[in-house]
Amino acid sequence: MVQVMERTRERAGLKQTAAPAVPDVRPLVYDTKLLNLWYGNHHALKNIDLPIRENEVTAIIGPSGCGKSTYIKTLNRMVELVDDVRTSGEILYRSRNIFDRNYPVEELRTRVGMVFQKPNPFPKSIYDNVAYGPRIHGIRNRQILDEIVEKSLRGAAIWDEVKDRLNTNAYSLSGGQQQRICIARALAIEPDVILMDEPTSALDPISTLKVEELVQELREDYSIVIVTHNMQQAARISDRTAFFLSGEVVEFDETDKMFSNPEHKRTEDYISGRFG
Amino acid sequence: MGNPAAPKRATVRQMIAKSAGNKRKRAAERAVPVVLFLIAAVSVLTTIGIVGTLVAETVTFFTKVPFWSFITGREWLPFSNKDAQFGILPLIIGTLKVTFIAVITAVPIGLSAAIYLSEYASDNTRRIIKPVLEVLAGIPTIVYGFFALTFVTPLLQTVIPGLKIFNALSPGIVVGIMIIPMIASLSEDAMSAVPNPIREGALALGATRFEVAVKVVLPAALSGILASVVLATSRAIGETMIVSLAGGATPAFNLGFTDSIQTMTAYIVQVSTGDAGYGTPIYYSIYAVGFTLFLFTLLMNWIAHRITKRFREAY
Ligand SMILES: Nc1ncnc2c1ncn2[C@@H]1O[C@H](COP(=O)(O)OP(=O)(O)O)[C@@H](O)[C@H]1O
Ligand SMILES: [Mg+2]
Repeated sequence: MVQVMERTRERAGLKQTAAPAVPDVRPLVYDTKLLNLWYGNHHALKNIDLPIRENEVTAIIGPSGCGKSTYIKTLNRMVELVDDVRTSGEILYRSRNIFDRNYPVEELRTRVGMVFQKPNPFPKSIYDNVAYGPRIHGIRNRQILDEIVEKSLRGAAIWDEVKDRLNTNAYSLSGGQQQRICIARALAIEPDVILMDEPTSALDPISTLKVEELVQELREDYSIVIVTHNMQQAARISDRTAFFLSGEVVEFDETDKMFSNPEHKRTEDYISGRFG
Repeated sequence: MGNPAAPKRATVRQMIAKSAGNKRKRAAERAVPVVLFLIAAVSVLTTIGIVGTLVAETVTFFTKVPFWSFITGREWLPFSNKDAQFGILPLIIGTLKVTFIAVITAVPIGLSAAIYLSEYASDNTRRIIKPVLEVLAGIPTIVYGFFALTFVTPLLQTVIPGLKIFNALSPGIVVGIMIIPMIASLSEDAMSAVPNPIREGALALGATRFEVAVKVVLPAALSGILASVVLATSRAIGETMIVSLAGGATPAFNLGFTDSIQTMTAYIVQVSTGDAGYGTPIYYSIYAVGFTLFLFTLLMNWIAHRITKRFREAY
């Protein structure tokens, strides 16, 4: 198992020392307690307990259909857009239960940015895409918006590629560029947490590498939850990993530990590619 | 499955080959485009015939009335015995007044309905409301006309004391009511065509549903919405019964909304139902007016076409 890890890291061109030390003392951003979720009668999440800590990358892995997307969409309550969804249990965000009746859901989504599996820019200019969030939250001053747009595009490592054509439609960009525009769009409102649902699954290998490097950098300022079905990716970029299977968390641990010395047989089978 | 030695039954490949060799099928295949072409040709020829008649009679009209006085004249007095005037501007103004009132009535209501249906209504609500809208669109215009004359006009007269029994305001509002379903339904189609991931992108940034509707969906569906408004405008320009019944028959060269007017369509009705002698300038004038009307609606349709092409969104 350790060899698998090393090979993975070598392939990614990352030094082994890139593996971060993970102190357990970082403050909690999210704490999920006994979360259950049903789509109609389908029990999609079962008794999930999962802490997410500040300035860490938490990866969620597991075979398709195991509830990864459902879980990450629950963290900003986007899952409620589906008709007929029920939940039980709690998700504490900064110590407050997001399912509280009067919880301001727009405020939650302002603090918690999201990047989707398929890039979904607005059919607007690059500039307007990034400025959209600040604008709906009341920022009108053109000079301030200019600064936010530049900072966010730099933050998403795409400024140099688009700085000369900020007024062209975002749809004229490649998929990988569009995805980084979507990341910039999320960064523009300076969130606390960034949720990413398989952000590289629609991208080519080079764009994937760029996004992975970006995630590493963003860790400095943000807490990140990233869903991936790519175990090497989880191994390369995350501090902790949760392994989901059939709506349950089978194992949750530091990524290095999980990939070198998994506790459960099913985890080992999955990460060694015996199923999934 | 997969038993190559199975007896008798032909392989799929053989069956396909046999069917492809079928003569009857091949002949039918050749006949289809010919038949379809003929059917299409009938509708094209009909259109050409109508436009041809319109143009021919209009040309005759201009041998009796100078073209210039027709398009610049401010008086429309065709029935005057000694001094008939054929200046079409009053009729055009009448049509534009009604259209203007109709559009400013219908656009806010139609768009609000479209936003509600596309962004807020549940599937069940939509399933109920959409057919109701379509019923509204299917009401005969003569009914709308009576509604304008016997209900809306008296109602408006209680608020606007100077309002005549025939006026531009009441038929304008009712034509507006008539085109609301068209704007609502076509705009709703355009807004529903905006992919959901785009909405989710905005919601995930903390946008409210209303912000998503107004700042993301509306701009993204703009071409379809504008096209619906232009087509509805075209419909308002061509509307006949409502303006004939409630607008009056007094061509007016002014911008007031309270007095009797006459639109291009209402004039055509007036002459067609009267007894204008064949060959008189009045007889030919309905073709000239009809042709003018045709140019207006043609212009509208052309604008709608340009809009959909120019602003087409690539999602
Ligand atoms: N909108 C939905 N309605 C009903 N069932 C759904 C819906 N979305 C997902 N599911 C079901 O919930 C389970 C988990 O799905 P999902 O979270 O998308 O899995 P993953 O992202 O891990 O592939 C699957 O069995 C899926 O069929
Ligand atoms: Mg998924």
